[in-house]
Amino acid sequence: MSIDQEMEEILQLFFEESFEGLDTMESGLLTLDNSANRETINTIFRAAHSIKGGAGTFGFMEISGFTHSVETLLDEMRNGTRGITPDALQVLLQSVDVIREMVQSAQAKRPIDMVGATALSSELIRILAQKGAPVNSAAESAASSPPAAAAPPPAIDAPATSASAAPDRSDVSEAAAASKSAAIAVNGNLPGGVLEGWRIVFEPDLSLLKTCNDPLRIFDELANLGTLEVEAHTAKIPPFGELDPTQCFLSWTLCLRSPAEHARVAEVFDWVDANSKIVYEPIYGAGVSAGVPSLPAAELPQAGGQRSMTAADVPAVQPVPAKSGGESGSLRVATEKVDALINLVGELVITQSMLGRFAEKYEPQDIESLRRSLAQLTRNTRELQESVLQIRMLPIGFSFNRFPRLVHDLSRKLGKKVDLKLSGENTELDKTVLEKISDPLVHLVRNALDHGLESPEARLAAGKSDTGTLELNAFHEGGSIVIEVRDDGAGLNKDRILAKARERGLVDADALLSDENIYNLIFVAGFSTADTVSDVSGRGVGMDVVRRNINDLGGHVQILSVPGRGSTIRIRLPLTLAILEGQMLRVGKEIYVASLVSIIETVQSKGEDISCVAGRTELFKHRSDYLPIIRLYDLFGIEPDSRDITDGLLVVLEADGRRVAMLVDELLAQQQVVIKSLETNFKQVPGLAGATIHGDGTVALILDVPGLVRTFLERQSMQFGRAA
Amino acid sequence: MTEHESIASDGASRQYLSFFLGGQEYATDILRVQEIKGWDTVTRVPYSPNYILGVINLRGAIVPVVDLRVRLALESAPFDSATVVIVVRVAGARGERIVGLVVDAVSDVYSFSAENIQPPPEAVGSLDQRYVLGLANLEDKLVIVLDIERLVVSSVLGETKAA
Repeated sequence: MSIDQEMEEILQLFFEESFEGLDTMESGLLTLDNSANRETINTIFRAAHSIKGGAGTFGFMEISGFTHSVETLLDEMRNGTRGITPDALQVLLQSVDVIREMVQSAQAKRPIDMVGATALSSELIRILAQKGAPVNSAAESAASSPPAAAAPPPAIDAPATSASAAPDRSDVSEAAAASKSAAIAVNGNLPGGVLEGWRIVFEPDLSLLKTCNDPLRIFDELANLGTLEVEAHTAKIPPFGELDPTQCFLSWTLCLRSPAEHARVAEVFDWVDANSKIVYEPIYGAGVSAGVPSLPAAELPQAGGQRSMTAADVPAVQPVPAKSGGESGSLRVATEKVDALINLVGELVITQSMLGRFAEKYEPQDIESLRRSLAQLTRNTRELQESVLQIRMLPIGFSFNRFPRLVHDLSRKLGKKVDLKLSGENTELDKTVLEKISDPLVHLVRNALDHGLESPEARLAAGKSDTGTLELNAFHEGGSIVIEVRDDGAGLNKDRILAKARERGLVDADALLSDENIYNLIFVAGFSTADTVSDVSGRGVGMDVVRRNINDLGGHVQILSVPGRGSTIRIRLPLTLAILEGQMLRVGKEIYVASLVSIIETVQSKGEDISCVAGRTELFKHRSDYLPIIRLYDLFGIEPDSRDITDGLLVVLEADGRRVAMLVDELLAQQQVVIKSLETNFKQVPGLAGATIHGDGTVALILDVPGLVRTFLERQSMQFGRAA
Repeated sequence: MTEHESIASDGASRQYLSFFLGGQEYATDILRVQEIKGWDTVTRVPYSPNYILGVINLRGAIVPVVDLRVRLALESAPFDSATVVIVVRVAGARGERIVGLVVDAVSDVYSFSAENIQPPPEAVGSLDQRYVLGLANLEDKLVIVLDIERLVVSSVLGETKAA
């Protein structure tokens, strides 16, 4: 059972690392677009290589086979034998998608769909065939039957020329050689002829496979150094009934014909040498040293056979604990955050012992020191709270990172030239907020590309550069995070929006609306997808959903637009969902908390700015707007201090893009409050977002401003209905 | 007859916590009881039924408090120093819930097996039959055994459909 769990954990680690590797490949490939950088290609290659290796180890032969052909192409780019063409880059990017899909299927324990992979492999083979015929066969065999990938060692017979390769390797590996088994290094210097190769006895520990090491990868690596002959020893394999497929019972004798020196060969075994018995014996002169049987090629399939056995059996071990890799799963936390926490807890312990001393032997004159200690405790606690909240904070870059690819693909599709600028990627916000804001952001970016930015021709005609700019920016501002999506396109067309809104009866024909009100119309459900549906932004969530998601997170959206110059969508969100910057309000004996972000201002009415419409709806004239007045005591059925509006205070609130004035008796302190769920033990209550706990231990309810407004409007229409 | 899962059929004796409401003794399966605490102020929650007094802070958790007298349609009485809140855990549709029940006073802990619980007569005063498991006759005393889980889940948490 524990082995299953261990396996599952290692497997999850592989998935996580694969996804990271794929992201690395993707971002690398996108930068290759602009400049061919050797280091970047290397990075991409390494990512592909480890995905291939890991997939092979865990028996995802489809993934490793496909990745192998990708790797082959990358290898040629890396070696400089192939130029970096946009054509090849596109195929590589698509390959990243295909691999990602395959890894996702593997993670979900679904059968891997090979349709995309097969189509793309033939594309890869086509590209590979364009130049360099020998590689072709390797790629082809890899794509069709992965285990065959193990066979090519003889094909890589080339390194007769490797005399030139040896010197530059030596300086890198000399230091490593010294620290490794020195005895053999001495052997390597023995006279008696030219070093021709190594005879290696490799007896891995039983746990070899569980530590994610695949002997075949090691052999592949060795084969790259020269000609390799492998002999597998199967004597230790127990009877089938006792066979534990997760353990490696095989050992090998390897005969490597290569001028590579010991350190270079030992490097290949770097990951396994701690737990394995490895004996290196140099081969000198013309002949193979005595005792090494010259292995017939027929031995090779044996190694291949062993591999497919582990490959088939490893997955069979782990389908039991189908742990859900759900959203709320794990959290990767930077080490320094954890260290900071540990430090703080240490300080807390010190403060606690200080206080404990007072409790033991209290003298009245100690009161000053007691106060000091308490002040320290207060500070410690606050810092601890901040640090704990920090753990959930992730940089928004996690969300931004997907946009280069998205913009790359979309701009191609739409025939637009776009320069994407990201800034503030390190701005941190709560993991939950981050996850929930990602989809709305994608929608906004798609919208900006599709509707915001013009075609190159139109841009040139408007006297702008043919390349449009799309900026994504994030920054902190007073306890919130602000995310901006800005384009320098045509801007929103006020007249068209207004015309369409009138056409749909959303706005009265003679209504006078401010620019902001007009822009906000695009958030109305069913509005944005009028005759603007396209392949790009007709899909997915509409703007109404974007706004709802943002409101659900306690944030709001604002649109700024200048015709011909572009538009900016500004999203303001709370940094975390666990803590709220709250304003305490009192109505009668009850105290409520309202989110500070939703409060525009608080005013005392003198009476003349209140008017009644239809004898029922009370309106408050605030600047140029008339705001409906919500009497909170009435809505919640509480006995207030006074029912006279001029006695109380009017809190101007903004929710869902509309403003209301709420009548309360008194404004109390502003403070950060920890949000507790009402639903955990009770249920959702209209108009309430949750509860929090006062310093004295009593509960205060947190107002859900948008919900409150909805409740108010519903009640009002009901009252009107009854009156009519 | 409705089946009540809480009645053990194996004849093993179980423990019940008893409490007073308007002079009558009631009992609940003690395994449902998490703790008993003194009556303290509650925070009223708007749009709640009259038997929900409000919510309290139970070591960081927000817990609703039910006035059991009102819930069982008994005559209400002023709270005094003996008034206590019995905190129970029940399995709701969305996992375990913690709910406080205000009673006049706690009384005793009894042990009896399911056989000692007789099905309730047609009407136990004004009591809602659905929440009564049965009557336990103990040394000339009659104790009404309540189905706390059903009472809490079906009415307090607004999960009637789930019950």
